Amino acid sequence: MKARIALLTVVVSLLSGCVVPTQYYWGQYENQVYLMYKAPDKATAEIQVIVLESDIEVARSEDKPLAPGFYAHLGFLYFQLGQLDDARRSFEIEKSTFPESSVLMDRFIEKL
Amino acid sequence: MQKATLFIWGIVLLFGLVGCQTVPKDYTLFHDYQPRSVLVLPPLNESVDESATYGYLSTVSQPLGEMGYYVYPVAVIDQFLKENGMPTPGEMHQVPLDKISEIIGADAVLYIVIREYGNKYQILSSKAVVSVSARLVDVKSGVEIWSQDTRLESASNNGGGGLAGMLVGALVDQVLNSTLDAPHNLSRLVNTTLISTPNQGLLYGPNHPEFSEGTEK
Repeated sequence: MKARIALLTVVVSLLSGCVVPTQYYWGQYENQVYLMYKAPDKATAEIQVIVLESDIEVARSEDKPLAPGFYAHLGFLYFQLGQLDDARRSFEIEKSTFPESSVLMDRFIEKL
Repeated sequence: MQKATLFIWGIVLLFGLVGCQTVPKDYTLFHDYQPRSVLVLPPLNESVDESATYGYLSTVSQPLGEMGYYVYPVAVIDQFLKENGMPTPGEMHQVPLDKISEIIGADAVLYIVIREYGNKYQILSSKAVVSVSARLVDVKSGVEIWSQDTRLESASNNGGGGLAGMLVGALVDQVLNSTLDAPHNLSRLVNTTLISTPNQGLLYGPNHPEFSEGTEK
C-alpha cells in the first residue's frame, strides 16, 4: 500500500511538472468542436454561443487573450443563427487580433 | 517500497531511452519557409473507428496555437469545405495549394493521417491506442517542411484483488473508456508529443514569446 502511495505521488508530481501555463485562454472551444460531431444535440449553435460567450467573460477576468480561431468559430455560430451584426463583429475581432486570418475573415464578412 | 523504486528507475530509464533515440531533425527547410499560420485539415482516417477524424481534429488547435502559430478555426474550415463540394477528408486533402492560398490565405497546411485509433479490448483490460503521421507543407512552394509520426498507448492498470478483482477492474475500465472516450483523450497527448517535443516537433512560431527573429529568413 505504501508503495502504491509513493508511486501515485511520483506520477502526480510528474504530471503537474508537465503543466505549462498557456499563452491563450482556450476555455470550452475545443470541447465544443468535439461535441459538435460527437453529440450534435449537446452542441447546437444556440448552446455553443452561450458556452463561448461565458468563456469570453472568464478570459476577460483572467486577463488572457482568447485562442486563435475562437472568435472566428463564434462568428460562424452567430452567422448560423442569423445574428449577422454579431457575426461581423466577431470576424473583425479575429482579424484584428490575428492578422493572419485576414483573407478568410474578409471572405466571410463579404458574404454576410 | 521496492515497487516504487523500480517504477522510478523505469521512468528514469524511459527518459534516458527517449533521450538517446532523438536525433534532432534537420530544420533547414522549416527555417527557409517559416510559416505564421497553419491550416489544419480534418485528418484522413485509416483506422476502423469512424469517430477518429473528428475525435482527433478537436485536439490539434491548442498545442499548435500554443507553439506560436495562427490556427484556422478547424470546425469552420470543415463546414466551409463541405459546403464547397468536399464532403470528406479525402477530398479536402486533394485541394490544390494555390486554391488554399487564394481562398484561405494559409502559409502552411498540416496533413494528418490517423493510422490507428480506438480501444484494444483484451479479456482482462483495455487500452487506448492512437497513431498518426503528420506532414507540414508550405503553401506557396509545395515543399514539405516537416513530418513526424507519433504512436501512443494508454496504460491500463488492473493490479491486485485476484481474478475476481481483475474482472471487476476490467469491466470498470471498459465502461470508463467508453464514457470518457479514451482515444480522444489520448489524442491530446499524441498531439502535444507530435507538435511540441523539442528537436522533433515544430519550431516556435512567430506568436510565441521565445520565437527568435534571427532564425527567420
